[in-house]
Amino acid sequence: MNTPALTALRAGLARGVTEFRHSMTSKDDLLSHFGMIVVFVAVSLMMRGRHVAGTDVPIANMWMPGLMGLTVSISGVLTVASLLATEREDGTLLRAKAVPKGMVGYLVGKAVHIVLVTASLVAVLVVLATLLLDGFTMGGPVGWATVAWVTVLGLLATAPLGAVAGSLITSPRAVMSVLMLPFMAVMGISGVFYQAGSLPEWMQWIAQALPLYWIALGMRSAFLPDSMLVVEIVQSWRLDQAALVLAAWAVAGFLVAVPVLRRMARRQSGARVEAGRRRAMQRG
Amino acid sequence: MVDEDTRAEAPSGAPGGAAAIEVSGLRMRYGDHDVLCGVDLRARRGEVVVVLGPNGAGKTTTVEILEGFRARSAGEVAVLGADPATGDERWRARLGVVMQSWRDHGRWRVDELLAHVARFYAPYSEPGRVRPRPVDELLETVGLTDCARRRINTLSGGQRRRLDVAIGIVGRPEVLFLDEPTAGFDPEARRDFHDLVHGLADEDTTVLLTTHDLDEAEKLADRILILAGGRVVAQGTADQLAAQVPADAEVKWTRGGQRFVHSTPDATAFLRGLLADSGDEVAGIEVRRASLEDAYMTLVHRHETGDARAAASAFAEEVR
Repeated sequence: MNTPALTALRAGLARGVTEFRHSMTSKDDLLSHFGMIVVFVAVSLMMRGRHVAGTDVPIANMWMPGLMGLTVSISGVLTVASLLATEREDGTLLRAKAVPKGMVGYLVGKAVHIVLVTASLVAVLVVLATLLLDGFTMGGPVGWATVAWVTVLGLLATAPLGAVAGSLITSPRAVMSVLMLPFMAVMGISGVFYQAGSLPEWMQWIAQALPLYWIALGMRSAFLPDSMLVVEIVQSWRLDQAALVLAAWAVAGFLVAVPVLRRMARRQSGARVEAGRRRAMQRG
Repeated sequence: MVDEDTRAEAPSGAPGGAAAIEVSGLRMRYGDHDVLCGVDLRARRGEVVVVLGPNGAGKTTTVEILEGFRARSAGEVAVLGADPATGDERWRARLGVVMQSWRDHGRWRVDELLAHVARFYAPYSEPGRVRPRPVDELLETVGLTDCARRRINTLSGGQRRRLDVAIGIVGRPEVLFLDEPTAGFDPEARRDFHDLVHGLADEDTTVLLTTHDLDEAEKLADRILILAGGRVVAQGTADQLAAQVPADAEVKWTRGGQRFVHSTPDATAFLRGLLADSGDEVAGIEVRRASLEDAYMTLVHRHETGDARAAASAFAEEVR
């Protein structure tokens, strides 16, 4: 088979792997991807010996799945948005447009790249936590499967948000400053690092309407004993509900993101890239 | 299908081959500002057409409309028989695009990126046009063989531009758009590039190129188009353009060891007189006729003094 669509798909897969390799050999990328992980793991180690109130589970053990969920949503929203804004400004997207089925190759490549980066971040977290934290274990193959589907579905639910943000925000440097604050707010109410169950009820409702809460909950279900359910909003891991909410976000997100991406790609031209280059040069 | 359409239109069009690019009455308007006000343009298969014009004349806008990257406000446009606004991927595979400024894929290696882009063209081979070009051969053609393993963000400006050109022709295009391709080239790179363009024209590739370099236009173009204020104010070969401008020729000679220069509209008459008066003493005669540069300056100046329409119609009269 050598149809244009298959060719573009295969080229896109190879592209994602190449970009992943570039990421893993770039100091800047490694620092931005793994820097936060290192800081949080260090803080977790300092929290040794302290337990979640009313349970015998160390606080660090509860943080770690939260950190995995956070990593997934950072990849989906912030990384996708800033890559898109950057590659729109530097002409990568335009180059893809100039090639037959180039946009298919670009998008497949981006998806593969993001999945590989996220998977390796989560894997590093699992390994570090297992080695460094007392009593941190994964619930066997079921646990692995849960981490895998929560990662993939979590990316599917959040990446369209990142794509829309990256399409609408014009400057790559503005992406972080615009998104950081709302992102931190969502993180604060989503039970990533402490029990969402202790928040006011209206905040719990907002949190449960957004993907991050469910991604973090899914990750906790894979690593924490059922005794930890007492601090959750509802005393169940609610995995079916998590899958449903994330899938709903994914579907709604794609419905919105596809036309937004199309419009953004259509408006790309050499003159815009040139204007971006001039802006970049003025900044020095 | 597309080919047949193009050929079917040929008899009514330019002589000597089917039209690869046909534009008539092209208009582009942003808000209440007209960037293009009725551009007509036609390029035969295998023809090299150079678009000259001052900054802001609408060169890039025109090229981007033809590439299908920009929607037009009005006018008829056909590239390889298809409207660029609705051209499909098969049509896209027959075009090559080199834009003004690209600084993407900085982390990729030169051969890595070329091979990646080349893959997309493989399903679009046609009899007599094998797609893509082999990467090694292409690196050789643009003189990047020694840089093949370099990261793109370590290339010099000129090398980067060669890579852009290589990517533009990797799919063995039938129509190639080059927007200021030689910016940042040293004289040797420039000459290599000119050889490359001549080679492409021999392969029956239609080339549409914009530049600021009049020398380059003169060397490459089968036909030159001067765009000013969103209009084609003149077109023809370099000689035709030069001949249409009533600029003075410059005559230089020496007499008695002294150098003289004289400007005259009629060099032949002046020389006849000069030689008759003091033929024995005159030596080292040089005559420089009005050049493309003179023609360009005159035409653009006419436009800039608000007389573009007059310049265009006066020129049309003269050509007739």
